Amino acid sequence: MSKTRRDFIKISSLSAAGIVVGGKYLHSAIPGFSNNQLKDIGTLDLKRTSTYCEVCFWKCAGWVHKNEDGSIKKIVGNDDDTNCNGRFCPRGTGGVGMYYDEDRLKNPLKRVVDADGKQTYKEVSWDEAFDFIAEKMQQVKKEHGAECTALFTHGSGGKYFGDLLKAFGSTNIAAPSYAQCRGPREVAFLATFGEGLNSPEPTDIRDTRCLVLIGSHLGENMHNGQVQEMSDAIDKGASIITVDPRFSTVAGKSKFWLPIKPATDIALLLTWTREIINNDWYDKKYIEQYAYGFEELKAYVQPFTPEWAYGITTIKPDQIRETAREMANAAPSVIIHPGRHVTWYGDDTQRLRAVAILNALLGSWGRRGGFYVPEKMSIPNYPHPEFPKPTRNWRDAMGGKYKLADLALASGVCDATIPSINIDCNIKAWIVNGTNLIMTLPDQRKTIEAMNNLELLVVVDTMPMEITGYADIVLPECTYLERYDSLRVVQGRVPNMALRVPAAEPKYNSKPAYWMAKELSKKLGLEEYFAWNSIEEMLDWQLKKVDSSLEEMKRIGVKNLPREYDDIYFKDGEDIEFFTNTGKIELYSTALEEEGFDPMPRYTPHMEPPPGYYHLNYGRAPMHTFSRTANNPNLTDLMDENKVWVNPKVAKEWDLTNGQEVYLENQDGVISDFTIKVRVTERIRFDSVYMVHGFGHANKKLSRAHGKGASDSQLITRVLTDPVMGGTGMRGNFVTFRFEKESEEEL
Amino acid sequence: MRYAMAIDTKKCVGCSDCVVACQTENNVPIGYCRDWIVEITDGTYPQLETEIRSERCNHCENSPCVRCCPTGASHYEAGGIVTVTHDECIGCGACITSCPYDARYSHPDGYVDKCTFCMHRVQKGQQPACVAVCPTKCMYFGDLDDPNSEVSQIMKKRKHKTLIPEAGTKPHVYYLI
Repeated sequence: MSKTRRDFIKISSLSAAGIVVGGKYLHSAIPGFSNNQLKDIGTLDLKRTSTYCEVCFWKCAGWVHKNEDGSIKKIVGNDDDTNCNGRFCPRGTGGVGMYYDEDRLKNPLKRVVDADGKQTYKEVSWDEAFDFIAEKMQQVKKEHGAECTALFTHGSGGKYFGDLLKAFGSTNIAAPSYAQCRGPREVAFLATFGEGLNSPEPTDIRDTRCLVLIGSHLGENMHNGQVQEMSDAIDKGASIITVDPRFSTVAGKSKFWLPIKPATDIALLLTWTREIINNDWYDKKYIEQYAYGFEELKAYVQPFTPEWAYGITTIKPDQIRETAREMANAAPSVIIHPGRHVTWYGDDTQRLRAVAILNALLGSWGRRGGFYVPEKMSIPNYPHPEFPKPTRNWRDAMGGKYKLADLALASGVCDATIPSINIDCNIKAWIVNGTNLIMTLPDQRKTIEAMNNLELLVVVDTMPMEITGYADIVLPECTYLERYDSLRVVQGRVPNMALRVPAAEPKYNSKPAYWMAKELSKKLGLEEYFAWNSIEEMLDWQLKKVDSSLEEMKRIGVKNLPREYDDIYFKDGEDIEFFTNTGKIELYSTALEEEGFDPMPRYTPHMEPPPGYYHLNYGRAPMHTFSRTANNPNLTDLMDENKVWVNPKVAKEWDLTNGQEVYLENQDGVISDFTIKVRVTERIRFDSVYMVHGFGHANKKLSRAHGKGASDSQLITRVLTDPVMGGTGMRGNFVTFRFEKESEEEL
Repeated sequence: MRYAMAIDTKKCVGCSDCVVACQTENNVPIGYCRDWIVEITDGTYPQLETEIRSERCNHCENSPCVRCCPTGASHYEAGGIVTVTHDECIGCGACITSCPYDARYSHPDGYVDKCTFCMHRVQKGQQPACVAVCPTKCMYFGDLDDPNSEVSQIMKKRKHKTLIPEAGTKPHVYYLI
């Protein structure tokens, strides 16, 4: 059997680097707790350094506390940080495990062929790794053009590799957080309000009177600030309406739970829209002043009666009416939450348009308890020469599609890597930083095919994630606890910034991304783009431009500034120009119409599972971030595997019992690598199963995560692409149960 | 002085932050815990109810663990906090068996360990680590003898229960329902 050039290599040379046994963290000599022996094992007296969390994208600012010997003990939130208000989530608290994980990448690795013709990794020096990368990049530039390089990134290091790539001459910089996650909602809100939502979303949850969650399982997705505010809202008596085929955690806290049939949300949204319009529950003054296309919308939604929706969604008409009234009673302090991971069925931009329209009708955009007007600091970049202007990019490979995508599509860059006749910009080299594309992009087969066509694949990560096994060069990044990084500048109720400084020296031979990018720039003759001598110098330069300093920020960690521009909410009757074609809130989207799409959202029936198959629904657990935390010793201690949720009726039909191990097989015959335990529960609909994303790791070097649970990503082979912006809908997959699997040899 | 905790089951999302915060605060070895999450679902789809709660030692007023301890290692501290003096504990495990809440575990170093209400923090006027970290702010800690304490105030306003009241242990951890 011929092997592909890019055989998967389990990072086997790592064992040579040695393992630190025990470590201070596991130090267990706790003093007894009787009064006379009570010693401070705790808090205030410890030395602390500022950081912002890198375990998820929320980037809460906090303090890393150290023991007397300088070892990292715990991480707690910074009280002044508006993202976390002094309270980290379990992942942030457990972030210490990223630092102490003994499975971390330890040395730069290079793919070599040994004497037996077997591909393996060899530890190399940083210099040798950089020389190899630079040579390959120059070769790609010479033969194909600089535009044929790409960066995939998720996290802070991406800024530096992004600058490197831009300096090199490519703008193919993609994050899976767009086309695989929140992209459709950004495009939908841009089309409606002329503004995207960005992160953290400007949802004014703490002051809302009614929060509507559609497939969004806040509390299980631990978007820290939002979870905190939801809790505040519960205290203040706000009602929650949850629409989910699963009785999610938040469904258990809701006044109304609508157990909707999967893939029918648009029907419900259109019907709510009709109810609110026909009962005159919409905000007339707001709509008259700010909206475009109300009459068209009103005429359009007339057929969508609650009785019509009942047949589609299985939600009873009186429940639809009652929940519409609940929202209207709370308006404008109501939030139809846009959610975050919204790439479901390929008509996601349109579904999110329906969400945006409903918010507009209720007048919640720009209103207290609805959506506030965020503000963000502007901090100048350290001076560098202008980046070259590439003439081509990944969009040239898309045949003119997805023009409304406002950011690069990770899946688009991946597609542009697979050679085909139509492709003008065929990508030949990837740098992948902090994202495990094997588990992040749908359809693993396609990702692997793309990687097989690369001339260079560099993976920068802290952990031996699956993607590292396909790399030509693996670069070990130190964790966020061991490095400086760019300032965290995010939008919020007030402009704010946060500083990350290293709490400890990098373990092993790992290095920060900024250092790697700067060193690589020297090898590529691009050092003028990284003109700072040290990152401290660069940060101090930036901070002094905004009347602060590195010294000050080290002391306070977070700085909040007064708002400079608008009020946080629209003033009554205020004259507002929205950044849309008409300058109005577009209920009827002229931008979508121009591109040949429905100007108002349309309900389209989606495929239903064949007999014996179930909708594959997936989601989050509060103690994990995607697949990146699956090996974290502290967090695996809280949850070390996922389970497949099965309704008792289904369990009876298949004779399944709690804890039984099954394989899952999808509609395309793909069977999960590993078994997954069954959780028989009333909390899931009879036509669906549910599992938490991020488990079922195949790399044995992830000693705690390997083979634990099953990977939903592996079973997502049918991708429903959003024609508007290229989002990859992943909820169109169905699975059935298998009790045994033929071994590879037999196949 | 009567230390108590009230935990709001209407707000707890079961994220386990209290568990990991306790582990890092108190050097609880990985694989062990002093607090944990319980989820109970009642009903049939779609008529369902779920209660989620963070559990720990109840610091009972009438503690079977203190009563059965042969060495006196398990004892009451000021404010009714039940603790174990590690040096005096012989690891016999009688307390583990006697606790109706399964709140104690055998530490690998040979003594029995459990929640201390973070006495070392409380002494300095801080909240226990679990209370301080909880993203839903569903936990309240304080002195029940002080009518103005947060915990006294919330207990006045809200319906509450204790776990396994029939055991007669008089727990100091209350659940708001």
